[in-house]
Amino acid sequence: MKLGYYPGCSLNGTAKEFNSSLKEVFAALNVDLEELNDWSCCGATSAHVTSHILSVALPARNLLIAKKQGLNELLAPCAACYSRLVSSQQELKLDEKMRMKVEDLLEEKVTNGLQIINLIQIFQKIGLDKLKEKKQVDISKIKAACYYGCLLVRPVDIALPDDMESPDSMEAIIKSIGGKTVDWNFKTECCGAAHSIAHTDIVEKLCKGIIDNAQKHGADVIIVACPMCHSNLDMRQLNIIKHYPDHKPIPVLYLSQLVGLSMGIDEKKLGLGVHYISTKPLLEKIKSDALPTEVKKEVPAPPVSNDKIKKGVEA
Amino acid sequence: MKIGVFVCHCGENIGRTVNCPEVSKACASFPGVVHSEDYKYMCSDPGQNLIKQAIREKHLDAVVVGSCSPHMHEKTFRKACASAGINSYMVEIANLREHCSWIHEDINQATKKAIDLMRFAVERVKFNQPLETIKVPVTKRSLVIGGGISGIQAALDIANAGFEVVLVEKEPSIGGHMSQLSETFPTLDCSQCILTPRMVEVYQHPKIKLLSYSEVEHVEGFIGNFKVTIRRKAKSVKEELCTGCGLCAEKCPIKKKALSEFDEGLSNRPAIYVPFPQAVPNVPVIDRSVCTYFKTGKCEMCKKVCGREAIDFTQQDTFVTEDVGSIIVATGYKLYSIDKKPEDSIYKGYGEYGYGKFKNVINGLQFERIASASGPTSGEMLRPSDKTVPKKIVFIQCVGSRDESKGFSYCSKICCMYTAKHAMLYKHKVHDGEAYVFYMDIRSGGKNYEEFVRRAIEEDHVNYIRGRVSRIYEEDGKLIVKGEDTIAGLPVVIEADLVVLATAMIAQQEAPKLAQTLNISYDKYGYFQEAHPKLRPVETNTGGVFLAGACHSPRDIPESVAMGSAAAAKSLVLFGADMLEREPIIAKVDATTCAGCFYCQKVCAYNAIEKKEIRDRLGNLQKVVAFVNSGLCQGCGTCNATCPSKSIELIGFKDDQIFAQINAFAEV
Repeated sequence: MKLGYYPGCSLNGTAKEFNSSLKEVFAALNVDLEELNDWSCCGATSAHVTSHILSVALPARNLLIAKKQGLNELLAPCAACYSRLVSSQQELKLDEKMRMKVEDLLEEKVTNGLQIINLIQIFQKIGLDKLKEKKQVDISKIKAACYYGCLLVRPVDIALPDDMESPDSMEAIIKSIGGKTVDWNFKTECCGAAHSIAHTDIVEKLCKGIIDNAQKHGADVIIVACPMCHSNLDMRQLNIIKHYPDHKPIPVLYLSQLVGLSMGIDEKKLGLGVHYISTKPLLEKIKSDALPTEVKKEVPAPPVSNDKIKKGVEA
Repeated sequence: MKIGVFVCHCGENIGRTVNCPEVSKACASFPGVVHSEDYKYMCSDPGQNLIKQAIREKHLDAVVVGSCSPHMHEKTFRKACASAGINSYMVEIANLREHCSWIHEDINQATKKAIDLMRFAVERVKFNQPLETIKVPVTKRSLVIGGGISGIQAALDIANAGFEVVLVEKEPSIGGHMSQLSETFPTLDCSQCILTPRMVEVYQHPKIKLLSYSEVEHVEGFIGNFKVTIRRKAKSVKEELCTGCGLCAEKCPIKKKALSEFDEGLSNRPAIYVPFPQAVPNVPVIDRSVCTYFKTGKCEMCKKVCGREAIDFTQQDTFVTEDVGSIIVATGYKLYSIDKKPEDSIYKGYGEYGYGKFKNVINGLQFERIASASGPTSGEMLRPSDKTVPKKIVFIQCVGSRDESKGFSYCSKICCMYTAKHAMLYKHKVHDGEAYVFYMDIRSGGKNYEEFVRRAIEEDHVNYIRGRVSRIYEEDGKLIVKGEDTIAGLPVVIEADLVVLATAMIAQQEAPKLAQTLNISYDKYGYFQEAHPKLRPVETNTGGVFLAGACHSPRDIPESVAMGSAAAAKSLVLFGADMLEREPIIAKVDATTCAGCFYCQKVCAYNAIEKKEIRDRLGNLQKVVAFVNSGLCQGCGTCNATCPSKSIELIGFKDDQIFAQINAFAEV
């Protein structure tokens, strides 16, 4: 499988571990990622609060590049990039006048037909069975709280086909790799997003609420698929610890990191060492009963030919 | 043929843009026209007298009136001509108002066009033939579909007028949603106390045939003459033997497996059950999907304990056919399911309210059951999760109603009132409790309705908060309700013990299917469509089929009862005459040229084309031809256009009439 790849700014900066982990995971799943040549900013929050046409034209430029590279599907792992690309595509499809204006700006014809997908959708596309097959390490010792934030399930009707108020597609992925998830209440609560820069205090308060609720329902780790959510929940915990002395830190992992862990990919390659909140206790908890049960059973088995093993597995 | 032409000025409506005297003068020279005149108001008494006088004096055979649309006054002029002695179908109308004067400005051109329109009509009327109205007999018997309060009212009214009624109810008992309610607004009288006597009256009425646990399968025929096939679902209990002692239900070993439909899932019922103690008829049915006998072939406990040997496991669905003259549809409503987004649905659900996930988030009907003396808590105000008294209760209005993005754009109409009632009932039972209502607008139009809501606010101190709730979640046994007070402009967080959602009233799921069976229209929500929103609110576009209650749109009890009576009155109007008269404009088959291809049968929307055998004198079959059932034919003309051999003609709109008009146009 070949996919276009639009990393966006975060995956080259604050979310480097998101980038490296998903590259590792997709290599293991035989998915080729072809990065867009000379891609540019998606506009993020800044464009659409200042100029509407800019917020449509910036993603449109990247969509054009994908089309020129002959790609039919484009992976945008960052939730904000994903949301901007999908929204722009939708607007160009529905609004003839806007399309003409954007074409004027780009000095090129806008074509449609590219499918934009986010991390959850690509896992769904590859197939949860396939993820299950690739599972090497037992991660059932830890309990994950899946945090969707706002953009992963929005805009409604064109984004991920899930219930925007109470989504559960991430849980399905984690269950398929043998993980356990908690049922909690702040899956789509606001993390404060870009207010992180100007109103850090508000973001701390919001993130504290999210983390507390996850821990209250027994989570050992929060799983995200958005660099913004990640930086707020992970990085801002340092401040939270300062301001709330009784705060218990909790690691925040990207979904691709957890999937990578279950596949037995090296922790360093998955970028598990670069978190503000240490992932060590979590990794130790997974390892505390390190060897997965299936491997243990297979050790004493008499040597047989590969074919027979395959048949045995099937049987 | 002697034709008389009459041109109406319609006050200034036609006269302003059409020179009527000139039109009249021009018409006088058309071949066949022996009389032509114009008048200011042809539809008025003196105007009609002019026509009558001309018919008598000049012995006219046909009349052409240039006036308003035939929808307006064709009947008036036909009647006038008939009283002067010519057949009413020898009258043609040229529409000089809607088709000419109202849409043109230039008087010369409009006059020219008016003369043309008159000439077309004159040429056409030369081919008109005298016709007689069709008379069809009326079966003076009514079918009522749905045994809720609206259907009950309709059935009782018709039966009390002395006509037979067949009442079909799909559930084991009649009573509908009203039987589930605790008290009713705005008087707070007990719902069951006022309903159950009516239910018993239905059961005991000699003119009412009650078919419970039954559904309408198939309908054929037409106004005054319907033939209805009804499926009587197998109750597994012989109705004629059962005394309703209730021993079977008491002894049924399956007590916990099935959720009670009557208690909206808040309690359990056995596999053999009557929905509620006051059920009519008081005959149990076996729910075969949970019954041990039907699953494993063993048990038969109910059979063993039944002293009347009324249990019959071998019973099958049966079909009965009823002949009726009118049909009243009173199939009611259901509540919008506000769980997560329903699959393959355009409606998105309300995942943020956690209905179905949190036991203490319930809907309005569930609250009715909790508040009801016959409910699972015997009327004690206890919440479902732990059966404790909720000290803080939150009501949320407009869940699914007035919400284009996630639900339905219409207002469910009754929720403002029943939420005020719920809050009141709660405060009357839990004096130290706090009740909060989140609302968008309070819509309390109705007699004593606004006063009722004010009472809830002012006397019972219910806290009304204008705003929407964004999320509900459960922490430590409390429901955290997050919303906004849009008047104060502040976010609100309430730690509630129980949350009641006023979910939208929606059409029954099977409504579109029933509409197709009955050949009536329904709107995009599945509600049945009335013939005219103001002047024919209980009639449908299919003659003899009437609507009552919430199957038409969200309605409260008084309105449903009024509509039930209105539908009954419409049926009784039908039963007032022995014969129905209808327009003779129907299709007719020329059997000599019909080749029997039956293309006409395929295109007929009213199933009016039948097969007819043509035999010679010795009884040998010569051929099979099409035949039009004059009762069913609506005169649409589709068969006429389809017939390859031109063997079907629409009487009153025959080809030679139409071609005469077209030829007259070509002559210009």
